[in-house]
Amino acid sequence: MKKLIGSIALSLAMIFAAGAASAADKLKIGFIYVGPIGDHGWSYQHDQGRLAIEKELGDKVETVFVEKVAEGPDAERAIERLARQGAGLIFTTSFGFMNPTLKVAKRFPKVKFEHATGFKRSKNVATYNARFYEGRYIIGQIAAKMSKSGVAGYIASFPIPEVVMGINSFILGAQTINPNFKLKVIWVNSWFDPGKEADAAKVLIGQGADIVTQHTDSTAPLQIAADKGALGFGQASDMIKFAPKAQLTSIVDNWAPYYVRRTKAVLDGSWKSSNAWDGLAQGTVEMAAYTNMPSDVAAMAKKTQAMITSGKLHPFTGPLYKQDGSLALADGKVMDDGTLSGMNWYVKGVDGDLPK
Amino acid sequence: MMIVLEKRSEQSKAMTFLSPVLAIGLTVVIGGFIFTGLGLDPFKALYIYFIEPMTSIWSVEELIVKAAPLILIGAGLAVCYTANVWNIGAEGQLTIGALFGAAIPVYFTAWQSPLVLVLMLVLGAVGGALFGAIPALLKNRFGANEILTSLMLVYVAQLLLDWLVRGPWRDPQGFNFPQSVPFEGWQLLPLLGEGRVHIGAILAVVAVIILWIMMGRSLRGFEIRVIGRSPRAGAFAGFGQKRVVWFCFMLSGALAGLAGICEVAGPSGQLQPTISPGYGFTAIIVAFLGRLNPIGVLFAGILLAISYLGGEAAQVELGISDKTAQVFQGMLLFFILACDTLIHYRIKFAPGAGAAKEA
Amino acid sequence: MGALEAVILTIITASTPLLLAAIGELVTERSGVLNLGVEGMMIMGAVCGFATAYTSGSAMLGVAAGLLAGVVMSMLFAFLTQTLMTSQVATGLSLTLLGLGLSGLIGEAFTGLPGVKLTVLDIPFLSDIPFIGPILFGHDILVYASLAIPLGVAYVLFRTRLGLIITAVGGNHHSAHALGYNVIRVRYGCIAFGGACSGLAGAYLSLAYTPQWIENMSSGRGWIALALVVFSTWLPKRLMIGAYLFGTVWIMGLYVQALGVAIPAQLLSSLPYLVTIVALIIISGNKTLTKVNTPACIGQPFAPER
Repeated sequence: MKKLIGSIALSLAMIFAAGAASAADKLKIGFIYVGPIGDHGWSYQHDQGRLAIEKELGDKVETVFVEKVAEGPDAERAIERLARQGAGLIFTTSFGFMNPTLKVAKRFPKVKFEHATGFKRSKNVATYNARFYEGRYIIGQIAAKMSKSGVAGYIASFPIPEVVMGINSFILGAQTINPNFKLKVIWVNSWFDPGKEADAAKVLIGQGADIVTQHTDSTAPLQIAADKGALGFGQASDMIKFAPKAQLTSIVDNWAPYYVRRTKAVLDGSWKSSNAWDGLAQGTVEMAAYTNMPSDVAAMAKKTQAMITSGKLHPFTGPLYKQDGSLALADGKVMDDGTLSGMNWYVKGVDGDLPK
Repeated sequence: MMIVLEKRSEQSKAMTFLSPVLAIGLTVVIGGFIFTGLGLDPFKALYIYFIEPMTSIWSVEELIVKAAPLILIGAGLAVCYTANVWNIGAEGQLTIGALFGAAIPVYFTAWQSPLVLVLMLVLGAVGGALFGAIPALLKNRFGANEILTSLMLVYVAQLLLDWLVRGPWRDPQGFNFPQSVPFEGWQLLPLLGEGRVHIGAILAVVAVIILWIMMGRSLRGFEIRVIGRSPRAGAFAGFGQKRVVWFCFMLSGALAGLAGICEVAGPSGQLQPTISPGYGFTAIIVAFLGRLNPIGVLFAGILLAISYLGGEAAQVELGISDKTAQVFQGMLLFFILACDTLIHYRIKFAPGAGAAKEA
Repeated sequence: MGALEAVILTIITASTPLLLAAIGELVTERSGVLNLGVEGMMIMGAVCGFATAYTSGSAMLGVAAGLLAGVVMSMLFAFLTQTLMTSQVATGLSLTLLGLGLSGLIGEAFTGLPGVKLTVLDIPFLSDIPFIGPILFGHDILVYASLAIPLGVAYVLFRTRLGLIITAVGGNHHSAHALGYNVIRVRYGCIAFGGACSGLAGAYLSLAYTPQWIENMSSGRGWIALALVVFSTWLPKRLMIGAYLFGTVWIMGLYVQALGVAIPAQLLSSLPYLVTIVALIIISGNKTLTKVNTPACIGQPFAPER
């Protein structure tokens, strides 16, 4: 019996030794996802980025991931596990992983960490996010052009700056077309709850919105819009196959260019901690095909997209007024990134109060 | 052929120990087949799942970090369920306990003294006990089903936490992101050793020992067991069912609250929109796996912690998905529950028609 | 489409899965069995329903598959709790855990695919009447089923011999056994019925409510269904009222927000749960309502004395 256990242990040890040897010359890249990769939204898009690394860099890299990691004490263990497994680069893809990432990074100074949507950095922790608000400005314009009722519905997740700036950008875009454009917002208090998002979409359409947009991840609102004869926009990925007759366009998260770039930086030794906030220009934010709209609207959207991409247009350019009418940004000024990333007020034109 | 169960006159001592072994054995065998079916080396997979979490100091430490809250809560729930008091809402009591305790560092950010830590722990337990008292009150006063009220209150507690960390308790320096101020110094639990193990682990063991003595040796423990078996017999003995309901809910609430504040002041170090990855619910399973015995809960908590860590390791090392780990865990639970039958019953195989003759 | 009409239609779709799952559990509990695995059976119904509908292209086949998946899951529960006499609470919770994991595994291949939507039964003329048409005659088959099943259950429970047997088994299994009824067999049947209804509720989610497969898409509805059963004091007709009341509170929270009333979203989200608790208090406080209908043997295992 003892012999048997001994031989099993030996063979196991050999398996692991073999695994370690082949892994040594590859860069191991770890990913921590907050959701299941099957959410077809946030985590799914990050996983697409992971697959892009594998495709682009082939046998130079090896990727591993842990999905459905709760934001809390479990996160630190999951991240540390990847570091202990020999990962040289680790992407932690949700805001709630910020402090656990920093803690593990301190213990593993040689490992490079990339934290999405956070604001704390260190020597081996970089942060990255995408300027999704650029896309929201474009869809705001499209919404104002396409809406007959002049009212759009917005399904929002949580009142954090990221979401608030999206709402503001949307209405600012819409106001360039129709100064009286109205926006109704429902907070569903979740990033991902298809049933609730669907219900919210129905309520918004019932209250006169003929355009539905969302800052939540499921395809449900778009499907409801299609069902009720309204129009809508996709979120995170191209959702056209869920609503071929209703999706106008979609703001697509494309993490692949950033992930590949950072991986190459680690491979050639040029990686440095930085704060990346990429947008349309770098390809991190992409617009899906403009569909279900007349060609003049599509042309307008393409023009706006080109202007934002080239830097000629910034959605948050003064004069900007807050909801109460006070001046938030002087005429001709462009909002700096610091103010933008801490935004906690609505611009003029949004219906209702921002939950505090 | 029909399976017939025959009740043993008393619990089988041998089976009490053998049944978990048998269950784990069955899980390992079937799990091995599943892994083989997935095209993996079953020995390697099982090794990663069950053995590897115990092979390095780091993962043993992490095992303790994961098991401590499960044991703390599970021990309290074991007492509850022994009395037939169905507290399903430990997750909510955990949340409120964490909020009570965290109020100190949130409102007195600069206060540093050993007293802070003591006060936080006490408030954590008090908060959990008070929140646990709500379903107890509703049951005793109105006869409302405690399974449902305690469960509904979980959602309420989590939404309250959500509102606080996104609103009034948000860190003013946190760029409007949903977290409280980071705790510092005496606002954090002292650590044991180099890793993340904190004194919550000691609290869990102490709680297990106290509850074990209470259930085995004290009048209160006897009262709980009698009421659990037959409320009417308890009434004859002068035991009050209502009093037991109060006691069980507040005890398990207090332990859950303690687990909550230990999570916040321990591994988390601040309040976030989520405090626990469902410890309050997992602890229900822990209580049953431990056959409602505090010492059993200790082992059950460790076993479940292994299955979580093993599942995570399997994701990283074998690339199998999180769902496989979850299915595996579900299977383990079913086998353990099924094998437990052997403690109380003898299994006989009888031809279908003949079954009636026996009766 | 008017605003009121839209609200009513929304309430109907929100209430349907709750009602379906709850009526099944009501029957299970009537026979004296507490199955806390509703969530697990529901999610399995959702994934199997979606997978079958997607593969075959027929939503009705999907509905059948969802029903079957619920039954299979419930039989696992029945075997453990009735034959092996395990704890119903622990087994039910484990069933939920297993269902959530297994459904994720099965559904991996079906994520991100547009599903097949259950078609609305178009009734000539009636469906075209303004306002009343869409509200009364513009639904899919599961919405009608969710209304017909409770009525059928009410009839069976209170008007037939079978109903008497079920109630007797749930009320006092020893007397029922002494009278010659096969307690275990009756309970197996009631658990299967509960599984079938939960499976239908799941199929409604993935084929009608939001026609696609998403992990964890039942998002806690199984638990709410369990609460509704107690709320109903085990009476099918009251269950229908309860489910629609709950659906109304759920939708009203969203509706009030869209009107621009500044109430924290968390408070609105917690309203349905608070309302359930208050309703439980009111109903439980009324002894005549509860005592009569509560299955006395609920959650207790039955072993015939030998």
